[in-house]
Amino acid sequence: MQNGRAHSIGCAVLAAAALGAWGASAAPPALEKDELKLGFIKLTDMAPLAVAYELGYFEDEGLFVKLEPQANWKVLLDRVITGELDGAHMLAGQPLGATIGFGTTAHVVTAFSMDLNGNGITVSNDVWAAMKKNVPVGADGKPAHPIKADALKPVVDAYRAAGKPFKMGMVFPVSTHNYELRYWLAAGGIHPGYYTSADVSGQVGADVLLSVTPPPQMPATLEAGTIYGYAVGEPWNQQAVIKGIGVPVVTDYEIWKNNPEKVFGVTAEWAAANPNTHVALVKALIRAAIWLDANGNANRQAAVEMLARPEYVGADRAVIANSMTGTFEYERGDKRAVPDFNVFFRYFATYPYYSDAVWYLTQMRRWGQITEQKPDSWYDATAKSVYRPDVYLKAARALVAEGKAKEQDFPWTTDGYRAPTHDFIDGVTFDAHTPNAYIDSLKIGLKGDERPAATELVTAQ
Amino acid sequence: MDAVLARANPYLTLLGLGWLVPLVKIASGDDWQRQVRELWRQLGVPLLAIALFLLAWSQLAGRIETSLGGIPGPSAVWHEAGGLVAEHRAERARRAEFYARQDARNAAARAADGNADVRVHRYTGKPTYLDQILTSLATVFTGFVLAALVAVPLGVVAGLSPTINAAINPLVQIFKPVSPLAWLPIVTMVVSAVYVSSEPLLAKSFVNSAITVTLCSLWPALINTALGVASIDKDLMNVGRVLQLPWHTKVLKIVLPSALPLIFTGLRLSLGVGWMVLIAAEMLAQNPGLGKFVWDEFQNGSSASLARIMVAVLTIGGIGFLLDRTMLALQAAVTHTAGRR
Repeated sequence: MQNGRAHSIGCAVLAAAALGAWGASAAPPALEKDELKLGFIKLTDMAPLAVAYELGYFEDEGLFVKLEPQANWKVLLDRVITGELDGAHMLAGQPLGATIGFGTTAHVVTAFSMDLNGNGITVSNDVWAAMKKNVPVGADGKPAHPIKADALKPVVDAYRAAGKPFKMGMVFPVSTHNYELRYWLAAGGIHPGYYTSADVSGQVGADVLLSVTPPPQMPATLEAGTIYGYAVGEPWNQQAVIKGIGVPVVTDYEIWKNNPEKVFGVTAEWAAANPNTHVALVKALIRAAIWLDANGNANRQAAVEMLARPEYVGADRAVIANSMTGTFEYERGDKRAVPDFNVFFRYFATYPYYSDAVWYLTQMRRWGQITEQKPDSWYDATAKSVYRPDVYLKAARALVAEGKAKEQDFPWTTDGYRAPTHDFIDGVTFDAHTPNAYIDSLKIGLKGDERPAATELVTAQ
Repeated sequence: MDAVLARANPYLTLLGLGWLVPLVKIASGDDWQRQVRELWRQLGVPLLAIALFLLAWSQLAGRIETSLGGIPGPSAVWHEAGGLVAEHRAERARRAEFYARQDARNAAARAADGNADVRVHRYTGKPTYLDQILTSLATVFTGFVLAALVAVPLGVVAGLSPTINAAINPLVQIFKPVSPLAWLPIVTMVVSAVYVSSEPLLAKSFVNSAITVTLCSLWPALINTALGVASIDKDLMNVGRVLQLPWHTKVLKIVLPSALPLIFTGLRLSLGVGWMVLIAAEMLAQNPGLGKFVWDEFQNGSSASLARIMVAVLTIGGIGFLLDRTMLALQAAVTHTAGRR
C-alpha cells in the first residue's frame, strides 16, 4: 500500500514535469487511460464538464471524453461503481454516503468540488399564497428576504390539522438538497423526520414528509399535486416560475452562504489505477471553472448557450440564464441580483475541503443516516479518505507551471479546513474541527448518542 | 401482362404498394372506371384518413396547455424533425473537425518524435438522432436473434414431445406476461456480475437492453413454434416413422418445413414485441438509442421537447411498421416456396 502510494506520487511528479515541458516538446503525459466516459445529471452545475469538453480543455490534456446524461442519481452512482462510467458529476453526499455505507456501499473519492450554492426551495402557488401572509414586507413593498421556514410552519400545521400530510420533494437521500431543506425546515421549527436503521424513508417523527424525485421531474410532480414543494438545483426552480406553477422562496445561498454543492467523483479503485489521468481530468475541470467565473461572470452567457443544447441540460435558454447570469427570480417579476448564486471558482470553490465533507457527515448524523455517535476523529478520518486535495494540488501546480492559472488562485497552505463560519440562516456557528459539539448545538436533530426510536420520537399527529 | 400483375399483386399489397396495380391496369387499357374505383379504395381512402387525422391533431393540439407549452401540432413536429436532421449534419461537421484536429496533433507529435506513441481515438461527441435509430435497430436485432436461437429449437422439442411441452408450459405461461420493466433490474444485476471485462466489446447498457428484449420476445416464437410442430399432419410424421428417418433428418425434412408458416408467425410477433419492449428498456438501461432519446428530451423539459418526442414516436411507429412488413414479406416468400415443395 505504502509502496503503491509512493509510486503513484512519483508518477504524478514525472507527469507534472512532462506537462511543464509539453508545449515545447509535444511529449504527452503518460496517461493510464485516455478514453473516458463521464456521467452527469441535467443540472446547470454540470457546467464545468460541458465547458471543458466544448472548449477543448479535455483534449488539451490528451483526454478523449464522452459525456453522458444519466437517468437519476442512483443510476449514476451505480454506473460509476460498476465501471461503466469512469467518473461523474455527483452530489457531495454521494461519495461520503457510499464510503460509509449508507445506501450503496463503495469507496468513492473526489478531488474536485464542482461549485458552491446553486439550489433553491420552491413551493406551490397555493402554499405560497398561504405562506405570504406570514412573511414580513420590506421597505420596497416586496417580501423581506431571507424567507424563513417560520412562515411555512402555520401552513404545515393547518394541513396537518386538516388530516393532510404535508409532502415535499428532494432529489436523493444523501443530496445537498435534502440536508438544506431539512436545515431550513428545522431552523423554522418544522421537524423533517429521522432516518433509522429500520426505516430508511427518513420520515420517522416528521412534520413534513420528504420523498425522492429526480430533479428534471420536480416541476411536473409539483404540478401534479403529488408534492407541495421541493428543494432542487437549477434550472428546475426557475422552470417553476416561468411555467407559473410555483414560487421559489429561498436559495441555499441564504440558508448557508457559499455552501459546497456538487463534486466530481470517481471510485478509489479507479483513482489508484489511473493517477495521471485523474490529475489530467482535474486540470481540465479547473480550467473550465476558471473560465466560468472569469471577469465577473463575463462568460456566463456563452455557458448558457452551451448548456441549453439538448445533449447537456437542454432546458430553454431563458430558464437557464435566469440563475446562471447572476440573478434569481422569486415570485414572478421579483427578480433579484444574486451574483453568487452559482459559484464555480471564486472563494476557492473547487478545492475539496475536508470541512465540507465534515458538514455533510454531521447532517447525516443529525438526521439518523449515521445511526450511532462517532468521535470527532472519525469525521476527520472519513473526510480524509474521501476528499483528495493531494490530487487537486498536483493539477493546480501543473496549471500554474503551464501559465494557465495564477499562483494566488489556490489555497496552497490550507490544512483542508475552512475557518469556522456562522453564515447560516439561523446563525449557528459551524467549526468542522468539533463536529460533535456542532451537532449538539443544533436545536432539532439527534444529539450525542441518541437513537431515533420509532415509537418515542414520533410527534403526535 | 395480366398474369404478371396477378402474381405481383400479393407482394405489392404486402409492401403497401397495392395501389400501383390499378394504375398499371389503366395504363394497359383496362376498364378505367372500375380501376379508378379500386384506386380510390386502395390509395384515396387511406390518404383521406391520414389527412383527417392530421386535421384533427392540429385542431385539438393547441387546446391542451401543458407546463411545456401547448401540445405541438403536425407542423411543429415537422419543424423539429428538420431540426434533428440539421443537428445530425452539424454533429457530423464537428466530427470531421475533431478528426482533423486529432490528425494535426498526431502529425505534430510524430514530427517531433519519430517513435511517438500516437493513437487514433474515436469521436467523442453525442450520438445524433440517426445514430440513435441505428443503435436501437442493432439492439432489437441482437435481442431478437438471441430469442429466435433459443425459442425455435426449444419450440421444436416441445412440439415433438408432449411431455416436454407439459414441463415448460407453466413456466412459459408465467414468464410471458412479465413487463420489461420488471426484468431490467434483474438483468442489470446479473449482467454486471457475470459480464466482467476490462475492455468490453459491447457496452453493458447495450447488453442489458438486448437481453431484456430477448426475455420478452422469446415467448411468441416459442409458443407458435411448439404449436406449429405439434399440429403437423400425423400422416407426414407416420411417413417419417415408416422410413425410419433418423431424428435430425426428420426434423430438417419434415418438421421444420411443415411448421415454417407458424414459426414465422411467431418470429414476426416476437420482433414486434421486441421493438415495443426495447424503448422501455433503453429508457432505463441508458442504452443510447431511441428510448434514451425520449427520456433525455423528457428531462430537458424545453419548449421543443414535446415536439421532439413526437418525432420519436412517429419514428418508432414507422420503423415498427417496416419491421412487421419485412417479416411478413419474408414469411410469404418462405411459405410460398415451402408450399410448392
